[in-house]
Amino acid sequence: MTALRTGRAGRAAQYAALLCYLVFLAFPFLWLVSIAFKPAAELGSLHPTWIPEDPTLDNFRQAFDEQPLLRAAGNSLIAALAAALIAVTVATPMAYVMARRRSALTTAATGWVIVSQAFPFVLVIIPLFLVLKNLHLINTLAGLVAVYVTWSLPFALWMLVGYVRAVPRELEEAAAVDGAGRLRVLVSVTAPLLAPGLVATGLFAFITAWNEFFFALVLLKSAEKQTLPVVLTHFLGAEGVADLGPLAAAAFLATIPSLLVFAVIQKRITGGMLAGAVKS
Amino acid sequence: MTSSTAPVKSRGRSDRGAWFLVLPALLPILLLSVGPLLYGVVLAFTDAQAGRTEPTQWVGTLNFQDLLHDSLFWDSFRIGLLWAVGVTVPQFLLALGLALLLDQRLRLRWLARALAIIPWAMPEVVVGIMWRLVYNPDAGILNETIRDLGLGDGRDWLTGLATALPAVILVGVWAGMPQTTVALLAGLQNTPGELHEAAALDGAGAWRRFRTVTWPAIRPVALAITALNFIWNFNSFALVYVLTSGGPGGRTRLPMLFAYEEAFRYGQFGYAAAMGCVMVAVVSVMLAFYLVGRLRGGDDA
Repeated sequence: MTALRTGRAGRAAQYAALLCYLVFLAFPFLWLVSIAFKPAAELGSLHPTWIPEDPTLDNFRQAFDEQPLLRAAGNSLIAALAAALIAVTVATPMAYVMARRRSALTTAATGWVIVSQAFPFVLVIIPLFLVLKNLHLINTLAGLVAVYVTWSLPFALWMLVGYVRAVPRELEEAAAVDGAGRLRVLVSVTAPLLAPGLVATGLFAFITAWNEFFFALVLLKSAEKQTLPVVLTHFLGAEGVADLGPLAAAAFLATIPSLLVFAVIQKRITGGMLAGAVKS
Repeated sequence: MTSSTAPVKSRGRSDRGAWFLVLPALLPILLLSVGPLLYGVVLAFTDAQAGRTEPTQWVGTLNFQDLLHDSLFWDSFRIGLLWAVGVTVPQFLLALGLALLLDQRLRLRWLARALAIIPWAMPEVVVGIMWRLVYNPDAGILNETIRDLGLGDGRDWLTGLATALPAVILVGVWAGMPQTTVALLAGLQNTPGELHEAAALDGAGAWRRFRTVTWPAIRPVALAITALNFIWNFNSFALVYVLTSGGPGGRTRLPMLFAYEEAFRYGQFGYAAAMGCVMVAVVSVMLAFYLVGRLRGGDDA
């Protein structure tokens, strides 16, 4: 917005600074990609290069041989999809109430949403571990999904409240005047207008769960149940000695869904995040 | 929030309807979030341990007294504060710089925005793995660049006693910069442009324009996001777990890593819960700052 005249030297300095930022943001990722496509011989070389001299897909093949990546990705997909669907389904009605009326309950819910952003997981995970253990849900994806749903609820509520407020109340009132019942109003007037917000919120909950590590690490013990982030750490080995090529290949693959989804919803999340984190 | 009247139907019926709408979300919140949090506080006053058969005993403040004398805990506490400040402050300054740049009409702006998605969207585990590849003593790009520039042979950054904490802090800064940038950028874009022009006409230089126009406009956002960043950083786990697992010699053992080991490696549930309580106390202070910033932001918006 600031359309101020900046001197030529000032412009040059700005571009130099921007260039530094671009390099800083991009170089670790480019390095990951570079290693993922390098043959083992080049990884052993004392003078690594940016561009693989002899690019190969061997690392990817080896990564799938070494660790059950497909199964892990499947587990992650199930957990993240279920968490996203359930979170949006249960959060939407509550967000609607929070957006449309002020009561002691909605005030308390809003306060809780804020405070929950500051939870140290460790205080929650020990009791959760004990509770899920008593319910025989340790080492099950169902237990993990329950945790993820709860975990993504505050943010989902926060985003959704914003989207509901963006639906003009007058539209609902007009439909009610025309004789539509409350449910009818919600389904045929509010829901369609809310749909893009629901999708964005769901995708965000999906990504949060897809990327999550701590709860998965604590709650999933057996190899068949583990999610992708947990399985990725197995590449690091016990003493931190890693097979670099397959490690990079697997890490690269695990990032692709997140990057794709995020690219799609980035703008909406920015708005939702800001509404959640900064504005009231 | 303007009026509190429900759009349809009578008051009594819509109240019941409201409960019906709220319950599906409220139940998991109470059962899996609020409940465990309170249960965690209770556990902190017991000798709860993993896999023990005899009943758990109430031990009063014993766990907290032990914590007070646990030098490993204090080490991790100190490292946690160092890490949280060490990440939050540069993260804020770098993000502010980038936000100011992105607010200008520069070419390549779109590229910076696109690239900023990478640290933001990546799983923390992958961020950790990626930077291990960068820091790798032999095959890493960092040491290779140092060798190319003739600055020596480089070193093993993540296992060096002196370099490990700065090395993980750099990763923390990289990983959290985009969110902060976006928040500040939104704050900047709410600043009326006329104010800048008026200040410029008055002959104010760039720094004075920043101090008198830009900063007051983004201050509430800046305070809020900084407080939140501090909280998130103080509570962080995955990044450092993957990068160093708390090594070398505990030099990067953040409070969360310490508590995780106490709880799930040594089974000391009560003790780890007490640690969790202390962490809550620390972040509560920052949370207060955050709420103040947020309220101010709300007034201005």
